[in-house]
Amino acid sequence: MLDVVNEDLIREGKEPIAFDHDCREGICGMCSAVINGVPHGGFERTTVCQLHMRKFKDGDTLYIEPWRARAFPILRDLVVDRGTLDRLIQAGGYISCHTGGVPDGNALPISKGGADYAMDAAQCIGCGACVAACPNGAAMLFVGAKVAHLAVLPQGQVEAPERVAEMIQAMRDCGFGNCSNHYECEAVCPKGISVKFIAKLNREFLKALILAKTGPFKSSD
Amino acid sequence: MQILMNSVVRKTLMSLTGIAMLAFTTVHLLGNTLVFNGPDDINAYSAGLHYLPTLLWAVRIGLAGALAVHIFFGLMLTLENWRTKPHKYAVKRMLKASFAGETMIWTGLLTLAFLVFHLLHFSFRLVPGSVPAPDFQGRFDIFSMVRDSFRSGPISLGYLVAMAILALHLSHGIQGILQTVGLNNEMSMPWVRRLGKGSALFFFVGYGVIPLLVLAGVGVFAG
Amino acid sequence: MILDGKAPTGPIETTWERHRSDMKLVNPANKRKYRILVVGTGLAGASAAATLGELGYNVEAFCYQDSPRRAHCIAAQGGINAAKNYPNDGDSVFRLFYDTIKGGDFRAREADVWRLAQVSNNIIDQCVAQGVPFARDYGGHLETRSFGGAQVSRTFYARGQTGQQLLLGAYSALSRQIRAGTVKMYPRTEMLDLVVVNGEAKGITLRDLITGEVRCHAGDAVVLCSGGYVNVFHLSTNAMGCSVTAMWKAYKKGAFLANPCYTQVHPTCIPQAGEYQSKLTLMSESLRNDGRCWVPRKREDVGKPPDAIPEDDRDYFLERKYPSYGNLAPRDVASRAVKEQCDDGRGVGPTGRGVYLDFKDAIRRLGEHELRERYGNLFEMYERITDEDAYKVPMRIYPAPHYAMGGLWVDYNLMSNIPGLFVLGEANFSVHGANRLGASALMQGLADGYFVIPYTIADYLARTKPGKVTASHPECRKSIEDVKAQAKRLLSVRGDRSVTDFKRELGNLMWHNCGMLRSNKSLSEALSTIPAIKEEFWQRVRVPGTSAEFNPQLENAGRAADFIEFAELLCRDALHRDESCGGHFRVEHQYEDGEARRNDARFCYSAAWEYKGEGAPPELHKEPLRFEHVHLMVRSYK
Ligand SMILES: Cc1cc2nc3c(=O)[nH]c(=O)nc-3n(C[C@H](O)[C@H](O)[C@H](O)COP(=O)(O)OP(=O)(O)OC[C@H]3O[C@@H](n4cnc5c(N)ncnc54)[C@H](O)[C@@H]3O)c2cc1C
Ligand code: HEM
Ligand code: HEM
Ligand code: SF4
Ligand code: F3S
Ligand code: FES
Repeated sequence: MLDVVNEDLIREGKEPIAFDHDCREGICGMCSAVINGVPHGGFERTTVCQLHMRKFKDGDTLYIEPWRARAFPILRDLVVDRGTLDRLIQAGGYISCHTGGVPDGNALPISKGGADYAMDAAQCIGCGACVAACPNGAAMLFVGAKVAHLAVLPQGQVEAPERVAEMIQAMRDCGFGNCSNHYECEAVCPKGISVKFIAKLNREFLKALILAKTGPFKSSD
Repeated sequence: MQILMNSVVRKTLMSLTGIAMLAFTTVHLLGNTLVFNGPDDINAYSAGLHYLPTLLWAVRIGLAGALAVHIFFGLMLTLENWRTKPHKYAVKRMLKASFAGETMIWTGLLTLAFLVFHLLHFSFRLVPGSVPAPDFQGRFDIFSMVRDSFRSGPISLGYLVAMAILALHLSHGIQGILQTVGLNNEMSMPWVRRLGKGSALFFFVGYGVIPLLVLAGVGVFAG
Repeated sequence: MILDGKAPTGPIETTWERHRSDMKLVNPANKRKYRILVVGTGLAGASAAATLGELGYNVEAFCYQDSPRRAHCIAAQGGINAAKNYPNDGDSVFRLFYDTIKGGDFRAREADVWRLAQVSNNIIDQCVAQGVPFARDYGGHLETRSFGGAQVSRTFYARGQTGQQLLLGAYSALSRQIRAGTVKMYPRTEMLDLVVVNGEAKGITLRDLITGEVRCHAGDAVVLCSGGYVNVFHLSTNAMGCSVTAMWKAYKKGAFLANPCYTQVHPTCIPQAGEYQSKLTLMSESLRNDGRCWVPRKREDVGKPPDAIPEDDRDYFLERKYPSYGNLAPRDVASRAVKEQCDDGRGVGPTGRGVYLDFKDAIRRLGEHELRERYGNLFEMYERITDEDAYKVPMRIYPAPHYAMGGLWVDYNLMSNIPGLFVLGEANFSVHGANRLGASALMQGLADGYFVIPYTIADYLARTKPGKVTASHPECRKSIEDVKAQAKRLLSVRGDRSVTDFKRELGNLMWHNCGMLRSNKSLSEALSTIPAIKEEFWQRVRVPGTSAEFNPQLENAGRAADFIEFAELLCRDALHRDESCGGHFRVEHQYEDGEARRNDARFCYSAAWEYKGEGAPPELHKEPLRFEHVHLMVRSYK
């Protein structure tokens, strides 16, 4: 859709609109635009790149804006810098394991329910729409999804307390806001990531805190 | 102190203090329903409370502390959140966020204003003309104080508005508690939301009927 | 020149072990003195950068997207192969090796393929340890499914998002190293030149896509993992940004480009809808597990709704033509069969370029719920694009360009003919021969990155002194000037046609003349047309803006310019390979039943092309292929 606009602009000798996109199939998370006041346009489980013009009526006016949040500085037109999302992952959104020297894939059975739950959370495409939609500019859904994905797997449980504490700290350092349970993030998430993962994030953190596995009371075991 | 910078810790404190205040709000509501039995019960109840000053003050200080913490972090969180969105959208449409949720800080502060007035009114009894003569047993006549106060239209109306504002605050707040402390999942979510709305309505009705019935002059409030 | 792939000889089962113990190592204390530049952070690049960083090398990694998590492999849906034999259905390293060689129509190096099959098992273990949520059965063990070109169930998957989950696994390993400071990540940078000093690859020149700054990074080795080039067809299943640029620049600096004509067309894509469409969407091949392909038997039935066509009048052409593999025939075979039906006037849909992929029987057999479990997100995606509910009406599919088997030539150590330049993943030509089997690109990317390059790069580095070249070297400065000059040239044309316009024109030409079917005539025609497109491009292209800013149009223009030049080489290779094999189908060479006819006597080699300068024809080098463990035979899926 924007391609066509841009080709027309170029033909008319005007500056085309800069926008991010890559895969065009709703999986890379590159595309980002707020359409008529809703990140990704507000159609269920749909990214901007998969939004077809047939969803709008002829003659409709569209308002297209970039993601707006302090943690996502605007680079140009619709293009923003989402490097802070990478920084959140760098803060602990991984399982520390060396290449090689790991046990057989079937060594640790994982319940189907657990694997499905992890997959539901792991689907996040890192687009940042949740932050763009959240009135508080919070990245809780993004972080919640990652924490939940890793915390439910036995491999990820070892580091779960540190991970959750560090990622929460990183959210603050990166300039994201606090969650106040608006659930707007879930509503716009193109992958339908559920806010239950935010509850899981909170639960994981409080559990770690109470069991003195993190924070100032961290026991030294 | 580092731990108090943690967003989830802060929010949990909001919830816990919220729960404490909710507990009071519930007990207070139950206590208040005694007015429907006429002067005797409620006056006795009040006198009974004052009979145990240590406990009373312990609860009062606890609640005041909770309120202070709640307000402090409520302000902090809100101010922080405002700063994360330096630019507003030209057009913004919300899909799920509610009016109650977006106005928490305002309904909270208005509730605070109400509380100040309410304490001056019924606790310190500084609002002119609201202190009645003691009742026939020589106890402080809570019943008459409440009844006489609510006979004034503006005061009743003010209380009703305040109750509505509080209900708004609670409708978002209560469902948020469970989410914040992590006791929520996909299945419980609709119920949690209903619980929030339902109990808010419950508080609104429970508190609201007193001024309404007084104004209407029915039952024990007749005459 | 006769090229040597340097594959060790001797019993194939132990080649890799023996080779590993023969290779030199770098002392742990010295590792940090070596700087390795990794271009691309897809599966291959991210896994390589993470592993090398963990080993202690000083790694710099680059990608053109805003985050390494967005590389194109994220779109891979179907799955990843491994010879685990968990289902106990007769799989083994040998069988995976055999299937891959045969699937590639006997045009790959045996030792490389064996190694791939061997380490495939480690990949699964590695990914599980990283937290990749592969599908599990109720007992908690890993699930597998079957894929085209194989008769065993060896494909591991994470719903329809396997590539995404694997990439996120590699990305998380990479993130861990970025945090540890061993890897420095440069997103939104595009490599625009390779710096070669005294015949060795010692640096790259890049453009910062945000500021437009052009700078050179020097290093002790360059690892190129820039993905495939099938966007040369304009409409393909690849992401918009996939390009041949990194590969092409290396080629122009002397790296050999091998077998560019081996391009894979994927049978199950959603048919094109309109002229302006810029991308075709793939429906995972795994759908052919349960879906059945058919077209109306009679031409007069074509316009009718599918329900109205009785069972007897449906032609399940894959099952008819290939009874033993049926709907699971490999991609090239299936694609050609689909095209054949459509050319016969029995294609369905508004354009007549499509066949049905029907799930009615599967729904009857498994129930809609089970189908939703298996392919839910694919059906959703289909509905979003076509507005049709595939649980009710059959899907329509049509082939589209998908994967590049060709790429930069590398030896057994994954090093190109330029010492110090290593090439991994889709960007190299190594293991897939003339046709890649489903679910093996992910396997290759991760094998290269996690389990091959850490060993082989040490063997090279141990022989060179660290820090020989710095960014102030004259070669680096010259390279920066060249890159700037190219941008200036593009901007100064100020013509009247958009870059996309040219890409579309080139893509159309390539698809029609060098697509699924190729002939001497079509290729010669293409070869005579491409120079004209190139000429016109440099006279009429319009690139707005300047080079000192964020300018996506300029990026695209550079990529398009490289595609145009590359297209010529692709066609030249296709013309020279006067046989049919795998994805390269020359209409002159087929059996009576329309199957590809290889010519092993003349073409049992990999063709590696060397750049000889602007205007001069490239020189052909041959690497003969020897088959000692599988016998050359006619590839049949009947
Ligand atoms: C729709 C689809 C589905 C697929 N499904 C499967 C499947 O089910 N199973 C399977 O095995 N395979 C599948 N494949 C194939 C597989 O995804 C690819 O072969 C694989 O992604 C290649 O990985 P890679 O790491 O080599 O390259 P890519 O993932 O393409 O990564 C390329 C990297 O290089 C960077 N880059 C490129 N050029 C430059 C430059 N000039 N400068 C700087 N950086 C650059 C990019 O930023 C990116 O990080 C599928 C492919 C597609 C298109
Ligand atoms: C119609 C509604 C209400 C009525 C009739 C009412 C009545 C009273 C009365 C009579 C007292 C004095 C009790 C005493 O001194 O023994 C009191 C105290 C108080 N009320 Fe209310 N109240 C109402 C609503 C509320 C609400 C909504 C809140 C806040 C959530 C509230 C908070 C308090 C507090 C904090 C005190 C002081 C308790 C103390 O002395 O420790 N009240 N109320
Ligand atoms: C009787 C008095 C009050 C009660 C019972 C109450 C109760 C609650 C509850 C239960 C929550 C939900 C906490 C959570 O989800 O984490 C909440 C949130 C909140 N309250 Fe109150 N509150 C009261 C007074 C106030 C006051 C006086 C303020 C004013 C500063 C205030 C400001 C807030 C804010 C801003 C929030 C939202 C916090 C967030 O979700 O991030 N509240 N309140
Ligand atoms: S949680 Fe959803 S909205 Fe947020 S980044 Fe992930 S996919 Fe995007
Ligand atoms: S919208 Fe924002 S407030 Fe919380 S629930 Fe989602 S992060
Ligand atoms: S372009 Fe990849 S998700 Fe939209």
